Amino acid sequence: MAKNSMEVKDLDFYYGDFHALHNISLKMSANKVTSFIGPSGCGKSTFLRTLNRMNDLIEGTRVDGAVLIDGKNIYGEGIDIVDLRKRVGMVFQHPNPFPKSIYDNVAYGPRAHGLKDKEKLDQIVEESLKSAALWDEVKDKLDSSAMGISGGQKQRLCIARALAVNPEILLMDEPTSALDPIATAKIEDLIEDLKKDYTIVIVTHSMQQAARISDYTAFFYMGDLIEHGATEKIFEKPENQKTEDYITGRFG
Amino acid sequence: MVEKFFLLNGLLVVFILVGIFYLLLNESLPTFKEVSIVEFFTSTTWNPTGYHKVSYGIVSLIFSTIMVTVGSLIFAVPLGIACAAYLSEIAPAKAREILKPTIEILAGIPSVVIGFLGIVLIGPMIAKIFNLPNGLNAINGSVLLGIMALPTIISISEDAINAVPDDYKKASLALGATEWQTLVKVTIPAALSGIIAAVMLGMGRAIGETMAVLMATGNAPAFPKSIFSAVRTLTATIGIELGEVAYNTTHYYSLFAVGLVLFVMTFLINIVSDWVLNKYEEAE
Amino acid sequence: MFSRDMQQKIGFGFLRLSALCVLSILAVILYDIISKGIGVINWEFLTTAPSHGMTKGGIFPAIVGTFSVTVITALLAVPLGMFAAIYLNEYAKQGRITKLIRMSIRNLAGVPSIVFGLFGLALFVQILGFGTSILSAGLTLGLMTLPVTITASEEALKTIPNSYRNGSLALGVTKWYAIRTNVLPYAIPGMLTGTILGLSRAAGETAPILFTGAAFFLPFLPDSPFSQFMALPYHLYVMSTQHHDIAKVRPLAYGTALVLIALVLSMNMVAILLRYWLRKKAKR
Repeated sequence: MAKNSMEVKDLDFYYGDFHALHNISLKMSANKVTSFIGPSGCGKSTFLRTLNRMNDLIEGTRVDGAVLIDGKNIYGEGIDIVDLRKRVGMVFQHPNPFPKSIYDNVAYGPRAHGLKDKEKLDQIVEESLKSAALWDEVKDKLDSSAMGISGGQKQRLCIARALAVNPEILLMDEPTSALDPIATAKIEDLIEDLKKDYTIVIVTHSMQQAARISDYTAFFYMGDLIEHGATEKIFEKPENQKTEDYITGRFG
Repeated sequence: MVEKFFLLNGLLVVFILVGIFYLLLNESLPTFKEVSIVEFFTSTTWNPTGYHKVSYGIVSLIFSTIMVTVGSLIFAVPLGIACAAYLSEIAPAKAREILKPTIEILAGIPSVVIGFLGIVLIGPMIAKIFNLPNGLNAINGSVLLGIMALPTIISISEDAINAVPDDYKKASLALGATEWQTLVKVTIPAALSGIIAAVMLGMGRAIGETMAVLMATGNAPAFPKSIFSAVRTLTATIGIELGEVAYNTTHYYSLFAVGLVLFVMTFLINIVSDWVLNKYEEAE
Repeated sequence: MFSRDMQQKIGFGFLRLSALCVLSILAVILYDIISKGIGVINWEFLTTAPSHGMTKGGIFPAIVGTFSVTVITALLAVPLGMFAAIYLNEYAKQGRITKLIRMSIRNLAGVPSIVFGLFGLALFVQILGFGTSILSAGLTLGLMTLPVTITASEEALKTIPNSYRNGSLALGVTKWYAIRTNVLPYAIPGMLTGTILGLSRAAGETAPILFTGAAFFLPFLPDSPFSQFMALPYHLYVMSTQHHDIAKVRPLAYGTALVLIALVLSMNMVAILLRYWLRKKAKR
């Protein structure tokens, strides 16, 4: 599991004519958790999706600027998007397991990338489910439908599924906002563990969550990156007035 | 690359439509080597196999088509809209459960069966009621086409009426109008463009229908004197004569010309009803 | 004149009456055909060929013919319909090409069946040289059924949640892989429902097969796609209009009509049950 950092340089993003993200520059360090915070509609999820080019799926979007992984611009010429998404995985806000068995969900990625060997697949499925702290709960029902487990388990399944393709970077878009507090706590613990092996970028609407689990925090407002830095600094000694207003709850 | 394959499949429909038009045009043109276009579109005598004078005028055929179609709409439009209103506004759930499958089944009855009933059931009824030698005439055709157009008119009108926002109805009732007044003065006018589109689609179906009219309207290509005359529509003409004609004769080509006229008529109706529906969606 | 309440009573009464009217139309149709056709139906009728100048015997070859033609229709209309639907729902971007395709689908759906017959005659029978055959007739019906299969397939694809597609793509797979493994398998049952309805309509059609392959009497069953064939709708048509002893064979015609309706309705039933079962599955 290679370690990689990401750097965004002067990124502008447009939905058609709407200039949604303004000149964003940001570095995300390897093996750390970087969180994006900000009020609803500030662009943090949009920005997250530029990091694995999922915005390309929406018609009429445009990107100016660069997103570098290992020094290479993922918006440059000749980039294989399929390969990019293998290296940069994503977990969505609403858990979205496929209507297949738990095993087939996790094995989906490796199978898509050509792996047919049953033993290897078994191994990957087990390792991924263990990394996602779900193995013990489902190891006896791998063939049962993924739709039959709880919301929190579904999300961990989606994390396992994302880990199974061996990404370097993991993007998480408000992964716990649809879950109850216990499930949320389990996933936050999981993230603490995962950062040993992966670079994690997480969008969260909960400042408390950001303060709990992230090493670095970036504050977004109306499409601008207002301030970013070490989480402690952002929450205790923010430099920008807007940041302080948001942190202290004056808006948002 | 995969995308191109699917795109080609999508475009296939366009090619087919264009192809139909082109082929019809191609096979129609030789007609006009022997028949003047003016005669084709203005003569009321369709007599390609005449002994003395051969004539290729489609005016009677067009008139018969229109007459039978209008007749079918007179029968099917009020009935269809009323039934749609019933389904949409006052039908209890049980009634809907019976009526909706009924309409689907009615829509599924093959046209040849409807034509058959025109011969064995409706025909004798008409003959008896109006004291005629037989019941194979325009009014028979209108009844049959009306039955066939009903399901289309009902379903699309029902959709249109259902789409009227509840707010309109509530506002009307709040002003003290009865439900019936609301239906007639507010709901139906609001659904009008959808209903018009439904009627046009029903009309298109009626104009394009072959077997029912072929079997039950009496097969007389002359200009109709009344709704009790035997008539022959554009579709029936093709259906009856194409089987008796030799390939690549003027008569053969002229039937393609008739087909082309049909194609253009239904194409235009489609365009207009699309336009009407578009205006409806804009107004939303 | 009438009080408002009275108006409402009359008005709603009229609506109820119209619904009743529609119900009675179907009831009369079914009653007539079933009561006069059922007496003729027996094992012999369904499994033997006509004899004695079509005044006795059965309609087995017509059943086989209709079945064969429908198979060819399905082979054309089902895959092409699916592919076009996949393009429209999965790949197409807003724009002129997409609008053009959709407009063509709507227009193709409105082309009269006899015009399809003309097209099939010109293209498949003559230009491509397939002659009057199961193949020509099947392909003609296939083109006619294409709008139905495209629309039904697209509806099915729309019901698949976008989260499946996004979830797959985020794992680093090509769009086609995502569709093939995570969309299509779940859409196919829904596609089948609409497709079966379209095929049942094709099975009952007469006009497109009149000149592309249907024959009234063939002593042997068709042995290749290039043979002519007997067909239920065509059989009914000829038995009721062109037989030399129409009155005598009237019961046989009724029997044919009943078999045809039964066939079409049972296909409809299969489709409806499939739709019902799918909806139940989705709710779990």
